[in-house]
Amino acid sequence: MQVFFSMEKKELWARVKGEVDLESADHLRQELEASLDHARPEVLLLDLEGVTFMDSSGLGVILGRYRRLKKQGGRVVICRPQPQVRRLLELSGLSKIMTILSEGPERKLGGVE
Amino acid sequence: MAGEMQIQNSMALEFLSLPENVGLARVAVATFAAQVDMTLNELEEIKVAVSEAVSNAIIHGYRGEANGTVRVAAERTITGLTITVEDQGCGIADVALAMQPAYSTDPERMGLGFAFMQSFMDDLEVTSEVDRGTRVKMFKAFKGDTER
Repeated sequence: MQVFFSMEKKELWARVKGEVDLESADHLRQELEASLDHARPEVLLLDLEGVTFMDSSGLGVILGRYRRLKKQGGRVVICRPQPQVRRLLELSGLSKIMTILSEGPERKLGGVE
Repeated sequence: MAGEMQIQNSMALEFLSLPENVGLARVAVATFAAQVDMTLNELEEIKVAVSEAVSNAIIHGYRGEANGTVRVAAERTITGLTITVEDQGCGIADVALAMQPAYSTDPERMGLGFAFMQSFMDDLEVTSEVDRGTRVKMFKAFKGDTER
């Protein structure tokens, strides 16, 4: 699992690649926390296009960051999840509390609603 | 169900309760499952179910201690695939309660492991004894053998 960050205005983009399970969840959590501490964004955009597998350990990491951002008045947006990941987001109910976009960071976002 | 059916193939895998073995277990079982004609979607479902069961064994069964043994076995009959995940860990006092969605005390965990196993497999049976361990038995029917 790898994660790449970029900051654009008040948006922190995190591009996640690989498998997110019990083995990699802690690492992903630490990386995201460190970048959130440093960048203090209003929106965390998780680009999941490169995520080839995810289970509930990964969903827990997303939920934890959602709670953090929400407390600070910010939010989490999920971009380009693969069908398997999208299904888990829907089954878990996370898709009801977070926005899911089908576009990634290449496309200029005229402000994410 | 699978019970009295003739076993066409079987496999078993034993490993230490280390997080890096979650991937090993799901890939091994998915590779075994792929020996017969299964859709990519069904293989993904099996991978998630195995991942959740093995993660539970490591996190809850052995409370994150790396010195436990997790055993994963799979059997194929003409009707489908039976997958068993066993640990000799601390066990679950109240299985029905533990299987309820969102039963998790950890804010970083969703408590959806059993819910995913239930959604993605056709049958789920959990037996557990405190201080003896837990056994999760899951059945995935081959398409055409069962209504979904």
